[in-house]
Amino acid sequence: MTTDDELLAGFTDAEEDSLIPILQEIQGRNGYLSAEAIVKVGRCLKVPTSRIYGVATFYNQFRFEPRGKYHIQVCRGTACHVLGSATVLENLEKELKIKAGQTTRDGLFSIEVVACIGACGLAPVICVNTTFHAKVTLDSLKIIIDEYRDAT
Amino acid sequence: MELTIKINNTPVQAEPGELLLDVLERQGIRIPTLCHMKGFFPSGACRMCVVENEQTGKLITACSHTVEQGMNIKSHSARVIEARKTIVELLLSNHPDDCLYCVRNGLCDLQDLAREHCITERRISGAKNRHHLDLSSASIVRDPAKCILCGRCVKVCSEVMEVSAIDFINRGSNTVIGPTFNKGLNTSSCINCGQCIMVCPTGALSEKNHFAEIRDALNDPTKTVVVQYAPAISVTLAEEFGMAPGTDINGLLNAALRKIGFDRIFDTTFAADLTIMEESAELIHRIKNHGHLPMITSCCPSWIKYAEEFACDFLPNISSCKSPQQMLGAVLKSYYAEISNTEPENLYVVAIMPCAAKKFEGQREEMTQRGISDIDAVLTTRELANFIRLFGIGMDKLEAETADSPHGVRSSAGKLFGASGGVMEAALRTAYFSVTNTELPQCKIEQVRGCTRRKEATITMGDLTIGVAVVNGLSNAKTLLDEIRNGRDDLHFIEVMACPGGCINGGGQPLHKNPEALKKRMEALYQIDETETIRVSHQNPEVLALYQNFLGTPLGNKSHELLHTSYCQRNVLL
Repeated sequence: MTTDDELLAGFTDAEEDSLIPILQEIQGRNGYLSAEAIVKVGRCLKVPTSRIYGVATFYNQFRFEPRGKYHIQVCRGTACHVLGSATVLENLEKELKIKAGQTTRDGLFSIEVVACIGACGLAPVICVNTTFHAKVTLDSLKIIIDEYRDAT
Repeated sequence: MELTIKINNTPVQAEPGELLLDVLERQGIRIPTLCHMKGFFPSGACRMCVVENEQTGKLITACSHTVEQGMNIKSHSARVIEARKTIVELLLSNHPDDCLYCVRNGLCDLQDLAREHCITERRISGAKNRHHLDLSSASIVRDPAKCILCGRCVKVCSEVMEVSAIDFINRGSNTVIGPTFNKGLNTSSCINCGQCIMVCPTGALSEKNHFAEIRDALNDPTKTVVVQYAPAISVTLAEEFGMAPGTDINGLLNAALRKIGFDRIFDTTFAADLTIMEESAELIHRIKNHGHLPMITSCCPSWIKYAEEFACDFLPNISSCKSPQQMLGAVLKSYYAEISNTEPENLYVVAIMPCAAKKFEGQREEMTQRGISDIDAVLTTRELANFIRLFGIGMDKLEAETADSPHGVRSSAGKLFGASGGVMEAALRTAYFSVTNTELPQCKIEQVRGCTRRKEATITMGDLTIGVAVVNGLSNAKTLLDEIRNGRDDLHFIEVMACPGGCINGGGQPLHKNPEALKKRMEALYQIDETETIRVSHQNPEVLALYQNFLGTPLGNKSHELLHTSYCQRNVLL
């Protein structure tokens, strides 16, 4: 029995409206929603996987690839936006050759876009695992990434 | 109690709860719509149907608002027209500008609306939609760049077919419609019925085209190209050429196919008769030998794929008979190849079908002999009409011709296959004869006819009484199967057709806007049945000759080898 099966065993009588809590719990445990997990949830709730995938992609919080060793959250809140977070994200995606929501092939980095991480004074800000990096510029961004790369 | 509202300052009576769109339509006022589908819960997503409510000064969607006492609706005020025009302009802003290369050029709702609203220049330009073309399915091509997100395909797939192979993915301007994980349709639960194509207002969904292969085969001197056409084609093709719905042009169809250059023209209805010989024998065999009952028909390839995915517990109940298309394919590549001295690999079999799923069925692994497909290419009714136009054939100048021997004679029972209830009626006529040795009185089973979603009847054949049911639209099939899962045991024989109304409303039929067309097409089939002399499959002389010369008896060894098959569970993303 996998962890997903154990988790779903707790939702035997659940109906369609439990979908989001279940997805959140699976992502909480596994860090992402795997294809297998989505199929299992579909079977458990008798909901087509197309609908589950539709619901899950509607919300920013769900991801479909495992997180990287270094999970980078890019704040796209108002203050960060005003101070250029769109360019930060764009450059980060270019540097790592992945899009937000994806993980690099070597499993080292993953990017997530978040609405506001409540550190507007540090804008534009990114957060790698639990470490905040303030007032990111394109130059500092490269240095930050290189540091994490070298650390491995 | 009736309400009084005003429409363009004229008082109009309406029932409480009635949708504005319906009231306006009754007054002869046509309101443009895109996402709206009659009989479905309104979504109000596209906003095309906005009208002005003078009482509140607001623009409201006619498809999702009900009438309210005292309303004064302006259906075509300057503000309304400007709003609708802007909506079309916004839809066009990210649309690929390739109408000339689009399969729906001239048949596109978006194009019509742009013309109606006099849109002659680009006022709003946005980034163009860029998505991969999904060519993975054997039947259906998806071009998400042309999708305007009206959601009609999603509704049909989920509510009529109970399949939900596709849904909305992502949010806001990133929204697309696609299968789970935005993968190809081939790994989804799509049953290839093509009803999504029928409701798509643009060219985002279309059937996979077999045009080039057929043209090449026709030009290849080593190939003998034979064609077969389904029972429903002759009563629907006429609409593509401006004739009234329900006009039977079987003779002209034969003539047109001969003009195109097909070497032999056979009628799939002949194979429908063959199917009935096998299927009615199988039914009686199952009843007498306590086989799996109720037996369920197997002619509809969408239903078969649905069962392989969603109703594996009923696979033993499904008749082992191949569909008429595949039976004729198998006979052509064995018997006909032999009597015509043609190598099976040089015999190219084209099927003209009212259906998108037949393209998928034609390339199934089970439907081959020694590695050679029984069917090489499948054309839909729409594609055939294009072929006829391409070859410059004037349908009004043709003289009626007949199909070729030895697979061109048919009974009118086989012709009924085109309508929901037809397979059932044809099978029961022959089963009745097999059991009682007399023909069914009046040769008619009224209870299984018509367009209703489910039809049931109890039929007495001598000392045998059986319960039968006919369902169309797979959501109705699911309801019936659930009843049987819950213990219902009075049924012996079930006919399932995926498309509402049967093959006359298949996913390959003319894209029509005429709500009466379905009824007319059905009437045409029953009219043919009324007037013809051979009304039962077991009197078809060519079918009897085939048994005598080649097959032996129904359910015999040769039949078993060529005309029957089996199905197993299919692993797809459900």
